[in-house]
Amino acid sequence: MTTTSSDGAFRFLGCSEIQEILGKQAEDERTLAELLEEVPLDSIYFHTHSFFLRHRFIERTYPNDFAEWVGEQVRDHVLAERLSVVDPFEYPSLEALREELISLIDDHLSGLATVPRAGFGAPFYFNRSRILEVPTGLEARTLREFRAAISEVDVSVIYFHVFESHLRLQREENDFSAWIRHGLRLTELADRMKALNPYLGSLERLRSSLLNMCDDQLARGG
Amino acid sequence: MISELEQYREVAPKGTIDFLRRLSDLVQDKQFLHISAVRYGGGMAEILRRLVPVMKALGVEARWEVIAGTQEFSDVTRRIADGLQGRPETITNEMYETYLDITARNGRALNLDSDLVVVHDPQPAALIDHRKGGKWVWRCHLDVGRPYRSIWSLFRRHVVKYDAAVFSLPGFAQRLPIPKFLIYPSIDPLTEKNRELSRAEIAQGLDRFGIAKGKPILLQVARFDRFKDQIGTIRAYRMVKKHHNCQLVLAGGGVLHDSEGEAVLAEVQQAAGNDPDIHILQLPPEADREINVLQRAASVVVQKALKEGFGVAVSEAMWKGKPVIGGTAGGVSAQIVDGTTGFVVHSVEGAAFRIRYLLSNPGVMTRMGASAKEHVRRNFLITRHLGDHLTLLKLLCHE
Repeated sequence: MTTTSSDGAFRFLGCSEIQEILGKQAEDERTLAELLEEVPLDSIYFHTHSFFLRHRFIERTYPNDFAEWVGEQVRDHVLAERLSVVDPFEYPSLEALREELISLIDDHLSGLATVPRAGFGAPFYFNRSRILEVPTGLEARTLREFRAAISEVDVSVIYFHVFESHLRLQREENDFSAWIRHGLRLTELADRMKALNPYLGSLERLRSSLLNMCDDQLARGG
Repeated sequence: MISELEQYREVAPKGTIDFLRRLSDLVQDKQFLHISAVRYGGGMAEILRRLVPVMKALGVEARWEVIAGTQEFSDVTRRIADGLQGRPETITNEMYETYLDITARNGRALNLDSDLVVVHDPQPAALIDHRKGGKWVWRCHLDVGRPYRSIWSLFRRHVVKYDAAVFSLPGFAQRLPIPKFLIYPSIDPLTEKNRELSRAEIAQGLDRFGIAKGKPILLQVARFDRFKDQIGTIRAYRMVKKHHNCQLVLAGGGVLHDSEGEAVLAEVQQAAGNDPDIHILQLPPEADREINVLQRAASVVVQKALKEGFGVAVSEAMWKGKPVIGGTAGGVSAQIVDGTTGFVVHSVEGAAFRIRYLLSNPGVMTRMGASAKEHVRRNFLITRHLGDHLTLLKLLCHE
């Protein structure tokens, strides 16, 4: 389903995720890298992008499952920090993101005499996402309507139009900024929405930022 | 009928109810059948009693069938369940024949026509041999991560005939040639165990148990079972007691007709000695309101089991705005965000240290409790569970 109707209105779509267990698990960092090579791309997506769909409200110490496991179960804080700064938005594809993660772990391990493992911690379980697109039936034709919808929708809508759009459309612009730019022709607001980094906070924080931007624009008569 | 779902609008996260309506539009008129061994008792039955009417209200043709059995059948299925959870058990050919015979009888008696059939736990699992169509999913609520091998080999032959299996944690699953999904259990915020209570109701409840008001309460709700480690909790309480004038409540059931439970209870009572600030409460299975009172009255909830299933009591306590100090067993650590909604600890000393920290910092305790409630609101309420089931129905029936 497209995010714009024939008369130019923005269509809000949400999503629901079911987690599939792949049955592959790592107890040390080398196995983590080896399994990263072989798991399907949906699994890379699950542990990076859709991490935010599962942690909608409470912000975690680390922004993806790999960094969280290495930091909290293996207690290898150096690698956890290095994995934390990998911003999936900077990679053109999930395959490129996979390569970066593997190369980073390999580089880290090459400087160590022993392979860090989750001695007392839990293993890393590889899962993958099955995402179902759900039309909300909501549409916006003005910035005021857009703002009203953003304030009320299930937070998966924010996820779908910001995170999913990046992969779906393979473009830097998210669905919101694209519509604000081309549908409402509010370039400055579109630029601000495009510059939002979704990896530095929760989806609820992202919702607040979007609302604040709309309010600023509306206060200026937009 | 739609009010079945509307009741949750006040407690579910923003936008959830409208989203669930839209999600249900995708599976209108689809049939969803649950099959279990019991209609009452246990978290699974508790949730199904609410989920099924809500699904119906949303236009999904949901049904719930319960199998009938004999004493012999119950004995065999108990052995199978224990074996799947790792206890050495033996199933003779005669016992297995009984299991298959009773299952076949149920297969003939029940209406198994549905687009999606979800079979809960091992008791009705062999019904897969009597499928009439639709997609079949085995929903395993047990931890079968380390089963007793001969029981698993016997049982696996049924599981592999399903289209998919659902587990509560990745570590609870076994290697299988069918897709395996992960769905966390949930709590219903509107039941007697979780609904809001007035201060007067809580005060009356505490009076009935002879628990002092105004003195911080440390609480552990768990049946009297060695794996629940009530003795460890008493040790942690004693370390805390040197610094804080608090009381410990150990509430649980599971001792009726259970010699092991009785033995554990006796050990716990002995460990408690004559301390008037330790309250050991034996509660019947239907004591939902009493548990609600205790969880709401508690300052800190401790769920420090050595072995645990998903441990949904953690979410129940968090829903009441309480920070939970839990161990790493089962699903306890999957529910706690360490340092934000409570603490994950690895020892008695760790539990004592974190309890002291919270009792010394009431502001932190309040903040953590508030985060805990919000965490449960978004992750462990029945509304999320409903969304998972609708999504599963849509994905499997349209593959």
